[in-house]
Order: sequence, then structure tokens, then C-alpha cells
Amino acid sequence: MTEPVEPVISLRGIRAELGSRPVLRGIDLTVDRGEVVALLGANGSGKSTAVRTIIGQVPVSAGEIELFGTPRARFRDWARLGYVPQRTTAAGGVPATVGEVVSSGRLSRTRFGVFRKADHAAVRRALDLVGMTDRVKDSVNALSGGQHQRVLIARALASEPELLIMDEPMAGVDLASQEVLAQTLREQVAAGSTVLLVLHELGPLEPLIDRAVVLRDGCVLHDGPPPRAVGQHALPGHDHVHPHAAHDAEPIRTGLLS
Amino acid sequence: MDFLNYDFMQRALLAAVLVGITAPAVGIYLVQRRQALMGDGIGHVAMTGVGLGFLLSWSPVWMATLVSVLGAVLMELIRWYGRTRGDIALAMLFYGGMAGGVMLINLAPNGSNANLTSYLFGSLSTVSESDVTAIILLAAFVVLVTLGLRRQLFAVSQDEEFARVTGLPVRALNLLTAITAAVTVTVAMRVVGLLLVSALMVVPVAAAQQLTRSFAATFAIAVAIGITVTIGGTVTSYYQDVPPGATIVLLTIGAFIALTALASPLARRRARALAAAQPSGDPAECAIPASRGASGKVGV
Repeated sequence: MTEPVEPVISLRGIRAELGSRPVLRGIDLTVDRGEVVALLGANGSGKSTAVRTIIGQVPVSAGEIELFGTPRARFRDWARLGYVPQRTTAAGGVPATVGEVVSSGRLSRTRFGVFRKADHAAVRRALDLVGMTDRVKDSVNALSGGQHQRVLIARALASEPELLIMDEPMAGVDLASQEVLAQTLREQVAAGSTVLLVLHELGPLEPLIDRAVVLRDGCVLHDGPPPRAVGQHALPGHDHVHPHAAHDAEPIRTGLLS
Repeated sequence: MDFLNYDFMQRALLAAVLVGITAPAVGIYLVQRRQALMGDGIGHVAMTGVGLGFLLSWSPVWMATLVSVLGAVLMELIRWYGRTRGDIALAMLFYGGMAGGVMLINLAPNGSNANLTSYLFGSLSTVSESDVTAIILLAAFVVLVTLGLRRQLFAVSQDEEFARVTGLPVRALNLLTAITAAVTVTVAMRVVGLLLVSALMVVPVAAAQQLTRSFAATFAIAVAIGITVTIGGTVTSYYQDVPPGATIVLLTIGAFIALTALASPLARRRARALAAAQPSGDPAECAIPASRGASGKVGV
């Protein structure tokens, strides 16, 4: 790449409201090329909203967002970005196979949705990376939570992105899949990918993370080395589980037709 | 096969086949995005177009196309901007469309509720030469969109947010889906009628799903079911003098029930095959507590 100094993601003074409730109150966040940054915080701290402003899913009321040095509103090079949403958002009313879902991640590299040999090969590679090649013809509805998450990551990898944005990739994922995901991520990072992760806790990804940004009430509380887990949370194998409603996971829909 | 000797039956069968192809082809995307009732709403709005056609002595088919396309675009905009009051606005659009149709057709010099009935429930014997031309042109548009843009429409209907992040023109594709659905409603209007259109969009897809695991196979089987029931219903209505629209819809529901009955042993066999293929105690399957599994309601 010719412009090595430019940050991959740059947020300056981002404010955003959901309804009339301020969710982000002036966030600054920079992610440099090759960095792995974790966005941490409690429920409602604004971490999901923050990544959703980056990909243009939540409108911002103030501040500037740049992707690869381009203001987000003018950014068109979407194939450079792979996005893994929270798992609950990807379910259709018609059966679809693992292969079909992963292929839809390749569309950004095609012209008018016409797949060439290289596109099919990229889809196969992405499936291979997450160890789902043998499930390519299975319905995504028949998968476990962890396998489903691997499919969503393969979908993001299908466009061979330079930047991966993942929203709680470890949520509801079984231990075997967590290990596969961590390994996949290690390979991506080793190959030079930039990664921004929303996480509830550092968990098994901790060794990969260069920097942690902690949000509280829509403000940056900490930006630096990953905080060390304390007390009960630091025990090996601690599984941090508590239910919460994904209030901003899905767009508000009107009743009758949706 | 003596029915093939009649011009009106040839036209009717051609129209029926085109409906059998187009209605499930659009319907699959509506079902995928959980808007199964969208076709019903457009059907209501199209009534105003039929009424306008009679009042202005223009072709009711083209007039209905125009009005239902406008209605579908309006519905998409309401879905986009309406948010909380969206369903009320849609209800007003639907019932306004229906009431407008009844009112306009009564104002028309040569219109009556009898004319309207043929559009509401379909009437094959009155399909004219010009109707067939319109139906062929509109069906060609629908097939072009639903097959040509299948990857894009699949992506948008499967996960709208992700589609936007891949740079797809999501708003344009949503509008195109709505317009294509509106066009399909008018294609199907003469055969199954405006009030039964939606059944032919949704039920073949639901029936096909009983057997399939992939989107592509669901598409193919839904269209095959669509063609089978529209031809079957048309021929039945020729021999038995029963209304074609109702016959076609009842046949479709029959197909759904038959395939559902057929599917449960098939699903059991697949589950057994899957269990046999995977060694018992596969850690990928056993490590997830039930509360954190596929329901997706609980985050961690």
C-alpha cells in the first residue's frame, strides 16, 4: 500500500442518538493498519452503536468518520472491509445453505453479481479458513450457534478484506468454535489484517489484542493496553454469562409487513 | 386435450403458466424478508388502478400496474421512514386502495361491481389478446429481475445490514423488489384475482421449503409447484366450470399439505444420516448449553 501512515479507521468527536437518547457523547477512536483493537464496555455503553456508526448503520449527529483516509460518506471501496454482525441479525424466512450465505459476502468483489472462477475459489477459501467446507451444502438453520458464527465470519472473509469489524463474535459460541475463531483471527492478523472487535470481555482472544478501548455511557474511559481481569473474572475458564436484550441489534420494523 | 382448440383457453393457459412462474419467483424474496403479506396489500391498492382504468376507458391491466407500482413504492417509503406508525399508514393505504377501487368503478359509465369481481377473483375466459400481450411483457420483466439479480436480492433479503456494508444499493434493490412484486400482482390479476394473488406468491414457497435446504432449490421447486397448480387449476376450471382462481389456490394449499406430510419422514431420515455421519460426542455440538444455542435471544 502506498499510504502507510493513514489510519484505517478514524473517529473524531462522534455523537449519536438513538431516538432522543444520546448513546455516543463524543468518541475518538483511531485504528492503525495491522492493529487489533477491542472495544469493551458494559451493556448500553455504546460499543455496538460505535461500530455501527463506522459502517454507516447509525447516523451520527456530530463528528467525523474516515475509513482508509476517506470520509465515510464518500467511501465506496466496501470490499476492503469485512463486517461480522451480531449473530441474531442474519436469519431469512427461506432456507439457505452455508455456501449461499458465504457467497453473498463476495458480491462486493463482483461486477453485477456475476461470479467468476476466482470468486468461487475465494468463497471456498473462506469456508476452509473457518473449517466449514464439509458443511457447504447444509442449511444454515441446522447449525449450532458457534457454527453459525463461523459462517458469518467466512462471509466477511469472502471479499478478502483488509479490515475486519466484528460485533461480539464470541457471543453464544461453544468452546470448540471459539478455538476455531481465535485461530482464524490469528491467521488474519498474521497476514496483516486490521481488526476492530466489539467484545463483552477479552476472553480467549486476549493474547491477540494490541489495544483496548473501554466505553462507558457513550464516552471513552480507557484507551491503551488491554485491562487485566480482576477478582472472579480473572479465574481461568471463567465464563461470563448474563442475559441482556439486544435492543439495538435489529432495526425497528413496522408490524404488518415485516 | 380438446380445450387446446379454443383460442380463449390457449390465452388462459399461457397467462396461467406465466403467473405460475412469476408469482413464486417474486414471492420467495418477500417470504425471505418476512413480508409475506406485501402481495396482499399491493392487490388491494391495485383495485384503485382497475377502477381508474374503467373510469378513463384505459386498459385496466396497465392502469393497475401503474397504480400498484406507485402503491408499492409508497409502502417501501413508509417502511423506510414510517417507523413506529408505519403499520397504521400501511393499513390506510390498503383499505384506501380497495375503497377507491369500488368507488371509481361505480362512477365509471360502463363499470359495475360485476366487472370488479372478475378482477378480484380472476376470470380466465375474459382474458383478451391485449391482456396477454401485457402479461407477457410484464412477466418478462419479473423473470429478468428475479433471476438476473438473484444474488443481490438474496443478499438484501437475507441480511439487509450486511448487504449495505458490502456496498450494495440496498434502497434501490428494495424499491425494485417492491416494484417487481407490484408488477407480478397485475400479471396474476386476470388469472387468480387480486384478492388471491398473495397466496400464489407465498404458498408455493412455503410448500417447497418443506423439502429443501438451499435457496436455489426452494426457488426451483416453488416455481415448479406454481406452474403445476396454475395449469392444473386452469384445466380443472375448464372441465368442471369452477372459478379458476379459487381452484388454483386450493390446489396450492393441497400441495403444501401433501409436501408437509411427505417431508416429516424425509427430515427424520436426514437427521439419522447426519447423526450417523458425525461421531457421537462431537464437542462442537455438546459444548453449548441449551440457553445459549440457536435461539439467539441471549447474548454473552
